[in-house]
Amino acid sequence: MADATLTHTGQAQPRPTGLQGVAADWSSDQRAFKNVSWGKAMMWIFLLSDTFVFGCFLLSYMTARMSTRVPWPNPSEVFSLHIGGSDIPLILIAIMTFVLISSSGTMAMAVNFGYRHDRRKTAILMLLTAALGATFVGMQAFEWTKLINEGVRPWGNPWGAAQFGSSFFMITGFHGTHVTFGVIFLIIVARKVWRGDYETGRPGFFTSRRGRYEHVEIMGLYWHFVDLVWVFIFAFFYLW
Amino acid sequence: MVDVTPADAVPPAEVAEMELYHPHSWWTKYVFSQDAKVIAIQYSATATAIGLVALVLSWLMRLQLGFPGTFDFISPEAYYQFITMHGMIMVIYLLTALFLGGFGNYLIPLMVGARDMVFPYVNMLSYWIYLLAVLVLASSFFAPGGPTGAGWTLYPPQAIMSGTPGGQDWGIILMLVSLILFIIGFTMGGLNYVVTVLQARTRGMTLMRLPLTVWGIFTATIMALLAFPALFVACVMMLFDRALGTSFFMPAIVEMGEQLQHGGGSPILFQHLFWFFGHPEVYIVALPAFGIVSDLISTHARKNIFGYRMMVWAIVGIGALSFVVWAHHMYVSGMHPYFGFFFATTTLIIAVPTAIKVYNWVLTLWRGDIHLTVPMLFALAFIVTFVNGGLTGLFLGNVVVDVPLSDTMFVVAHFHMVMGVAPILVIFGAIYHWYPKVTGRMLNEAMGQFHFWVTFLGAYLIFFPMHYIGLMGVPRRYHELTATTVMTESANDLNAFISIMAFLVGFAQIVFLFNLIWSIRHGREAGGNPWRATTLEWQTPETPPAHGNFGKELPIVYRWAYDYSVPGAKEDFIPQNMPGSFGTSREPA
Repeated sequence: MADATLTHTGQAQPRPTGLQGVAADWSSDQRAFKNVSWGKAMMWIFLLSDTFVFGCFLLSYMTARMSTRVPWPNPSEVFSLHIGGSDIPLILIAIMTFVLISSSGTMAMAVNFGYRHDRRKTAILMLLTAALGATFVGMQAFEWTKLINEGVRPWGNPWGAAQFGSSFFMITGFHGTHVTFGVIFLIIVARKVWRGDYETGRPGFFTSRRGRYEHVEIMGLYWHFVDLVWVFIFAFFYLW
Repeated sequence: MVDVTPADAVPPAEVAEMELYHPHSWWTKYVFSQDAKVIAIQYSATATAIGLVALVLSWLMRLQLGFPGTFDFISPEAYYQFITMHGMIMVIYLLTALFLGGFGNYLIPLMVGARDMVFPYVNMLSYWIYLLAVLVLASSFFAPGGPTGAGWTLYPPQAIMSGTPGGQDWGIILMLVSLILFIIGFTMGGLNYVVTVLQARTRGMTLMRLPLTVWGIFTATIMALLAFPALFVACVMMLFDRALGTSFFMPAIVEMGEQLQHGGGSPILFQHLFWFFGHPEVYIVALPAFGIVSDLISTHARKNIFGYRMMVWAIVGIGALSFVVWAHHMYVSGMHPYFGFFFATTTLIIAVPTAIKVYNWVLTLWRGDIHLTVPMLFALAFIVTFVNGGLTGLFLGNVVVDVPLSDTMFVVAHFHMVMGVAPILVIFGAIYHWYPKVTGRMLNEAMGQFHFWVTFLGAYLIFFPMHYIGLMGVPRRYHELTATTVMTESANDLNAFISIMAFLVGFAQIVFLFNLIWSIRHGREAGGNPWRATTLEWQTPETPPAHGNFGKELPIVYRWAYDYSVPGAKEDFIPQNMPGSFGTSREPA
């Protein structure tokens, strides 16, 4: 994901601010988003497209839930764990959410240290982010196992509408896949940071292009997006 | 107010030149190439190949419709499979892939003055995943049970039931997997096209100096990135319904006296998801055609495009409006009357920007120095065809008129005119126009004229009668209609006539394919700029353009793309990268 950076042109380019600045940028040549690299622009547009994917998934789930005539299982009861003699609703989901949101914090710190060229801290924080992401996926696997043991299947469950299981496995599965891909790419970028690829300008294995510390930030954009999506899944699937 | 900047002032370069990947072997140069121009040709060739399969399928359908009961090998099941594959291939794997993957890849970097797409490696992956999608789709012809026969809209519940060909076999699964792959591959390419237009233009190339071709492809790509997600989700959910036994789209249903293991799903939900993709898809195909045809008309009429800014805003406006009209495909599915009112209104509002475009094309031609070259003939044919198809669209956009016409041959005639014939005419025109840039040689003019007249007149002979039999009430998607009251003797004769014309037009394409191959070696030498056009792709130092497109120095743009016949200028065209001021340009300030 190498791309072009701002080069020093030797000329000051005063630009108007505010709305006039937006109009000036869009009517200028070369770039519509000044000081935004290709990679970052591409990630933002991809995330916009991905938003539509998750939006369609959630809307479809809500349509199914509202149109089914069979009662919908109560999430507070289904997603409760029996701990210390009482059923605590949504306890696992709460921990999962906490873990994932925390990983956004470590990711933001990694971005900061990346721009300071602090290779060690950047790599460690990225690996910590990856570890938290992997923990999240692990807890999701535990949750899936528990529900499958209780008889929840994509085509039916003991408590009510069959669409409950279908939507649950589809949406959390699709989100979990996003997290898993994130973890894999976090490890790849962390390795590049650790090895100093962004200092030495080592060309990428597939693309033969040189990378920059901005890749940590682009990776972060994706990671924060996956977190944000989880918040909506949490609100619409578990709390509703 | 005094303008202090000189006319030729160009802002300094903001970004360093992109790093290009230089291929080391034949494989990385021609097969696993990261050069957008090679990827464009790969996309075009693959799309044409699978498109020819769809053409043969349409012949088989016409054999059955024109001469019912004559051809025993076309069973009702096979007929449905032909319909489905013909529609899906033509809309997705031919038109979308050819306009965006083919023309987009070739023209965007050249027209905006970039060395390549911003991420060539991702661009290459886009093609290979597209090829995989095509192969998965084609493999369904050889799978047990054959391809799916659900109709190109794949409506559930019938799409995954045993009564539909491929419904409980491999057909529907392969179709859904292929679509999912196509969307993934397209997203990789689409992100590249959008970022290249937004962030990788050359010095002096503002958005309002872009050729309309780029505007059309750019807007269509953004729409595709927002519309394909709905199809993606619909495909995933239907795949689960079929493979895992979920009931997203499946209501409780009895089939052949047996209660199926489904219940509680909503078939209408699928229709909403499908058409939220499906209607923008019409404009994903149409907008690049609009853009290309604007450039063809301007170049071959030696006149600036009339109302350039309105043309741009019309493209953007059509793109935005097309996201709020989808349910006009669902009037007969049943909906609240207010929804019908809403969707009919938005649908008819689209006629406004579309009409602006048609008027502006005509006003561009007005008193132009019209050269009736082959690309120009195709461009003119597009305008009339698009007006024809658009007018029947006004019929179908109204709820009360649509309900009786729905599912008749009138609908078939309408969408073939507006999104079948019209864009294909533009594709032909564009190929005749840009072939000299791609190969360095002109396509043969005589063969081109023959190809044009047979295709243009033939298309009308095919689809005009279809309107008529549709108004008589002849339904579409019926395997055989001989002994029914709606099928009068004259309707049967017309059907036979349509079929014969379809064979003629289809066979005429052999001339075109022959021309494409023959002219690579035997065509007239074209030179760098045979049409004396202004846009950057014609100003490259080499023809065909070498890797990196523009030699040592990227071009600098001083003017818009439409300085044709500028009063006071010596030549009747001024290339975009020509410094200096000549005569009184009509470029909007």
